[in-house]
Amino acid sequence: MADIRTNIAGLAMKNPVMTASGTFGYGMEFADVVNLEEIGGIIVKGTTLHPREGNDYPRMAETASGMLNCVGLQNKGVDYFCQNIYPEIKDLKTNVIVNVSGSSPEDYAECARRIDELENILAIELNISCPNVKQGGMAFGVTCEGARTVVEAVRKAYHKTLIVKLSPNVTSIADIAKAVEDAGADAVSLINTLMGMAIDIERRRPKLSISTGGLSGPAVKPVAVRCVWQVAKAVKIPVVGLGGIMNAEDAIEFLMAGASAIEIGTANFIDPSVSEKVAQGVNDWLDKHGCKSVKEIIGVI
Amino acid sequence: MKYLKDLTVKAVEHPHKKYVLLKLTDHEPLPEMAPGQFVEVKVEGSERTFLRRPISINYVDRENNELWLLIQTVGDGTRKLATLKEGDKLNLLFPLGNGFSDVGKEGEEVLLIGGGVGVAPLLEYGKWLKERGAKPTFLLGARSKADLLELELFRQFGEVFITTEDGSEGEKGFVTQHSVLSNRSFDRISVCGPKPMMVAVAKYAKKNNVKCEVSLENMMACGLGACLCCVEKTVKGNVCVCKEGPVFDVNLLSWDI
Repeated sequence: MADIRTNIAGLAMKNPVMTASGTFGYGMEFADVVNLEEIGGIIVKGTTLHPREGNDYPRMAETASGMLNCVGLQNKGVDYFCQNIYPEIKDLKTNVIVNVSGSSPEDYAECARRIDELENILAIELNISCPNVKQGGMAFGVTCEGARTVVEAVRKAYHKTLIVKLSPNVTSIADIAKAVEDAGADAVSLINTLMGMAIDIERRRPKLSISTGGLSGPAVKPVAVRCVWQVAKAVKIPVVGLGGIMNAEDAIEFLMAGASAIEIGTANFIDPSVSEKVAQGVNDWLDKHGCKSVKEIIGVI
Repeated sequence: MKYLKDLTVKAVEHPHKKYVLLKLTDHEPLPEMAPGQFVEVKVEGSERTFLRRPISINYVDRENNELWLLIQTVGDGTRKLATLKEGDKLNLLFPLGNGFSDVGKEGEEVLLIGGGVGVAPLLEYGKWLKERGAKPTFLLGARSKADLLELELFRQFGEVFITTEDGSEGEKGFVTQHSVLSNRSFDRISVCGPKPMMVAVAKYAKKNNVKCEVSLENMMACGLGACLCCVEKTVKGNVCVCKEGPVFDVNLLSWDI
């Protein structure tokens, strides 16, 4: 039994496996088929200051080894989360992390401030990389200046572990990561989805209601591994890796590329119990290779 | 309670060149399932099929511990499912969603309207209604006689009326043109089929002031209400068909009827 505990800027985790925002609801949806307390962390659905209806249907298109989505941050707002969802999940014996999004630096900061007051939420993941909303979202995450502005505003309002989720839809993800580090982020997570498009050739129109969407799944994994490797070399803060992880071997690739922890997203749709299996699988791999601790493989590349 | 399980294929039937009927079983009694609920099937060995496929529960044979899935072969994934053989395993996430809201009371007259593969969940629903003393009547629509499925099974549970587009069986035309709709009255209607058919039935129900439920089949990924991909506009805003549905009272939907 290897030591698979890890931590992200002081946030202790029993294992390096978390579930990615927008793919695991609030955890409860999966409770019948996965032991939530065997996962290192659950990152809940993107939450905004005000409720959002999201984009019109259709919001999803299956693609080769992946899928496109343009959900558009549908959620009932931070107050609904604090009053109705937080009480249901606050006593889970795992890290519950809230993904925070917004359309202005002020909105992001206010949303984060309200979550700062929740005793059992020890971290947020700041989403400056959603490709599916008109205002804010990815717009902040594609320039160093935009990223810095949002992170600085949130840093003033939020006092616990601040993870910033980065977009791969940029020229240099390492430069954005450095800007976010300078602005006070405790960690970065990457990658969010890659912007893509699919067309229904019979109807001669896009498959998604807003034409474009975010690509996820194993199709994006090599891009994600490359981004994690570049960012891990560029910053001193911890890196959380995600993008197309389907099994323990994929997770180990990200750890070797420099991630201190990983997130599982789209794979939850194929096997809703995959996160628990990957946590066990990382342990088994380490045992098989004579590693006493997961730390022995983090960033070896 | 939802389960993630490998079930065993006990029998594979091909009632039609575009359909396969899978009869699945397990070494222990199959869990509770309500009519109108569905399963998410993991398709193995189809390169172009990444996500699970949502399939409605056609029938639960408790005596033989069987779960039946009637599947229309429309793409690579469903065609792969049609190649399964007796003894193969199939991974299911089930049962999912909310089924038909009312499983019936003594003497109640319920009209179940199905078109195409939409007839599938109506067989299990008809069984439940009959078991509870209600009187299900089926109105089934198809392109032609050869496309009508499981007719003898439906007849076990209630009277069956048929429309075909070419007139090769029953009345010629669409289900909404069938004379039973003008000759008889029903306490409520449940419908599953192509959206234009469901909209037409919903209009009929509204005009005649009959309660009407529809079973939707929006494209979905997770099946658990997590990904928010399969949403339908309702009076409560966008809701997940996989979790809040697939069966909805038409009055809750933002349909133009």
